[in-house]
Amino acid sequence: MNVTNPNSFRMGPDENGLFGIYGGRFVAETLMPLILELEQAYKDAKADPTFQAELDGFLEHYVGRPSPLYFAERMTEHLGGAKIYFKRDELNHTGAHKINNVMGQILLARRMGKKRIIAETGAGQHGVATATACARFGLECIVYMGEVDIERQKPNVFRMKLLGAQVVPAKSGSRTLKDALNEALRDWVANVEDTFYCIGTVAGPHPYPEMVRDFQSVIGRETKAQMLKREGRLPDSLVAAIGGGSNAMGLFHPFLDDKDVEIIGVEAAGLGLRTKTKHAASIAGGKPGVLHGNRTYLLMDDDGQIIEGHSISAGLDYPGIGPEHAWLHDMGRVEYVSATDKEALEAFQLCCQLEGIIPALEPSHALAHVMKIAPKKPKDHLMVMNLCGRGDKDIFTVADILGTKL
Amino acid sequence: MSTRIDRRFEALKKEGRAALVTFVTAGDPDYGTSLKIISGLPKAGADVIEIGMPFTDPMADGPAIQAAGLRALAAGQNMKKTLKLVKEFRKTDRDTPIVLMGYYNPVYVYGVDKFLKDAKSAGADGFIIVDLPPEEDTEFCLPALKAGMNFIRLATPTTDDKRAPKVFRNTSGFVYYVSVLGITGTKAPDLKSVKANVNRLRKHTGLPICAGFGVKTADQARAIARDADGVVVGSALVSAVEKSLTKTGKATAKTAKAVHALVADIAQGVRS
Repeated sequence: MNVTNPNSFRMGPDENGLFGIYGGRFVAETLMPLILELEQAYKDAKADPTFQAELDGFLEHYVGRPSPLYFAERMTEHLGGAKIYFKRDELNHTGAHKINNVMGQILLARRMGKKRIIAETGAGQHGVATATACARFGLECIVYMGEVDIERQKPNVFRMKLLGAQVVPAKSGSRTLKDALNEALRDWVANVEDTFYCIGTVAGPHPYPEMVRDFQSVIGRETKAQMLKREGRLPDSLVAAIGGGSNAMGLFHPFLDDKDVEIIGVEAAGLGLRTKTKHAASIAGGKPGVLHGNRTYLLMDDDGQIIEGHSISAGLDYPGIGPEHAWLHDMGRVEYVSATDKEALEAFQLCCQLEGIIPALEPSHALAHVMKIAPKKPKDHLMVMNLCGRGDKDIFTVADILGTKL
Repeated sequence: MSTRIDRRFEALKKEGRAALVTFVTAGDPDYGTSLKIISGLPKAGADVIEIGMPFTDPMADGPAIQAAGLRALAAGQNMKKTLKLVKEFRKTDRDTPIVLMGYYNPVYVYGVDKFLKDAKSAGADGFIIVDLPPEEDTEFCLPALKAGMNFIRLATPTTDDKRAPKVFRNTSGFVYYVSVLGITGTKAPDLKSVKANVNRLRKHTGLPICAGFGVKTADQARAIARDADGVVVGSALVSAVEKSLTKTGKATAKTAKAVHALVADIAQGVRS
C-alpha cells in the first residue's frame, strides 16, 4: 500500500474518525445523532481533570491498578533468550483488562445521565466487567451474548446474573460475538433516549476505537514507567494477543513513537490459516471491508458476506480487528503474526507449570509467540507480554480438550 | 436528469395519490421464486420496488428481514445474481423504479465503480445503503449521484431540525422516513408522530417523503398515505414469504401468490 510515514503514529484518528482509510462512522442514520453526542461528551470528559481523577481513583481502589510488571524468571530460563516480563492485567478485579475500559465508559455514561447500559460479550469477560461496574453504580445492565457462547461460557453467564445483569441470547446468524454486537446495535437503535452502549473492544463507529484505546492505554503507560524503574530503559519488544485488539492497543499505543520498540500483535490462527475458515486472523486471512460501524480487515467471502471466526479462545473469534490495528499493519509499525489453538494450548500449560499462573487462552496466544521468538533474542533483550486475563474461565474448555472430566 | 423514480412520483402526484413502495429480499427463498415474486409486484399494485441485497449482518433489520437474507444466502444468492434479477425484471417492465437496498460491505467488496456501472446497466434506479450516513457521502452517495442514480436516505425520529439539512443535502429520488425508533418490522408506527414528523421534514426537503417500518395492514397504509407521499411495506411481505414455505424452507405454489395478495390488499388501502 502506498502510504507515507507520519511524524507520529499516535495522532489518530482524524476528525472523521479515520486511521488512514480505516475506522469511520458506518451506522444507520438513527444512531448518528447519538454517536455525535457521545463524541462530544467524551471530548468534554477528556478535557475535564475531575473526570480523569475520578477514573484514576476507581482504577486504583476498585480495579486494583497499577497491575504489576512481573519478571517471569523461570519462563525466561526455560526459553533461554530474551528477558521476559508479564504485564499482569489478569490480576485486575474481574480477572482481565476489560474492566479498565468499562470503568471509563460507565463513568462517562453517568456523566451523560444515561441510566441503562447495554453491552455485547463473547467469552463473557467484557459482560462480567460491565455487569460489575453497573452493580457498583446501580445502573440497569443488559448484556447481549451469542446463544452458542452462552452454552460454552456458562460460569460467566452465571456471574453476570449474580451481578444483576440481564443476559439476552443473540439468536440470529451464527449466534456468536458478531451477532451479539448486531443485537446490541439493534437495541441501541430502539432505545436511543436513555441507553449507553458500552463497547468492549477498539472497534465500532468513531469515537469507540479511540475512546476504548484511551481507556486501555493505562496498560502501556504503566508498563513504560515500571520498565524504566526496573531496568532503566524502555523494553525492546511488546507482544499481545488480538481479537478485536483492545488489550494490545492499550499496551502498544504509548510506545508507538518509540521507534526502537518492536511491537507484535498475535492473532488467533485457530486450526491453521490454511483452513481458510477455521481461524480468526483478520489481518492474515481477511481483507478490508465495512462491518459494525467501521472499515477494517474482516473475514469474509468473495461476495462480502462475513465469515464467523474460529478460535479455541472465545475472546478472539471475532471476524474483524480494530481499525487502528488495520492502519498500523498497513503502515508497517506493528507486526501482526498468529498462533494456532494447539500452540496456545501448549503455552497455557507451560505458563501454569513454570510460573504458577493460569493464563486465559487469549494471552496464551501471545505467550505462544513469545515461545517462538524469545529463544532467538539475546539475554539483554527486554520483552513484555500482556497477560491480559486469567484462565479460570477456560479450565472447562482446556479440560475438555485434554480429555479430563471435571 | 430525471430518473424512473422521479418520473414515477411526478406521475403519482398528478394522479393525486401516494405511492406503494414494496420491499422484498433478492433470492428469497430462491432465485426463481424471487424473480416470480418481483415480476408480479407491479401488477399487484407496487409503484416502486425495493430489492434487498442479502447480507449476513443486517444491523438495522428485525428478525423477519434477517431471516430472509439468510434464506437467500443459503440458496446461493450473491450480488451478481441480485443484479441479474434486476436485469431479468427489466425485460418485462421498463417503468417501475427499482431501488437496491442493503448494507455497504457487499457493495464495497464488489467495488463501488463496478457496482454502479453494473447496477445501472441492469436497470436499477437508486440505492438505499443503510450504514452510509451523510458523514460517509464520499464513499458511495456522491459517486452514485454522479452516475445519474438516486441515493435515497433514511430520516428517523432522531433526525432533528438541526440535522435534517445535512441528511437531505445529497438525497435524491425520495426520502424514506423511518416511522419508529428501532429495527424493521417490530413496532407498529405511531400514526400521529408520522404525521407530525412528515410535516416537519417537508420544511427541509421538496422530495417526496415515504414512510415505513412496521406497516403491516391496509388500514395502516391508508392512514399513512394521507400524510406521506408513499408507504413502504417490507417485513410484512417478507413474513408472507416465510409463512408460505415448507418446513425445510422451500418455496411452494403459494409463495408468490401470498406476497402478491398482500400487496394487492395494501395497495387498496393506499389508493382509497
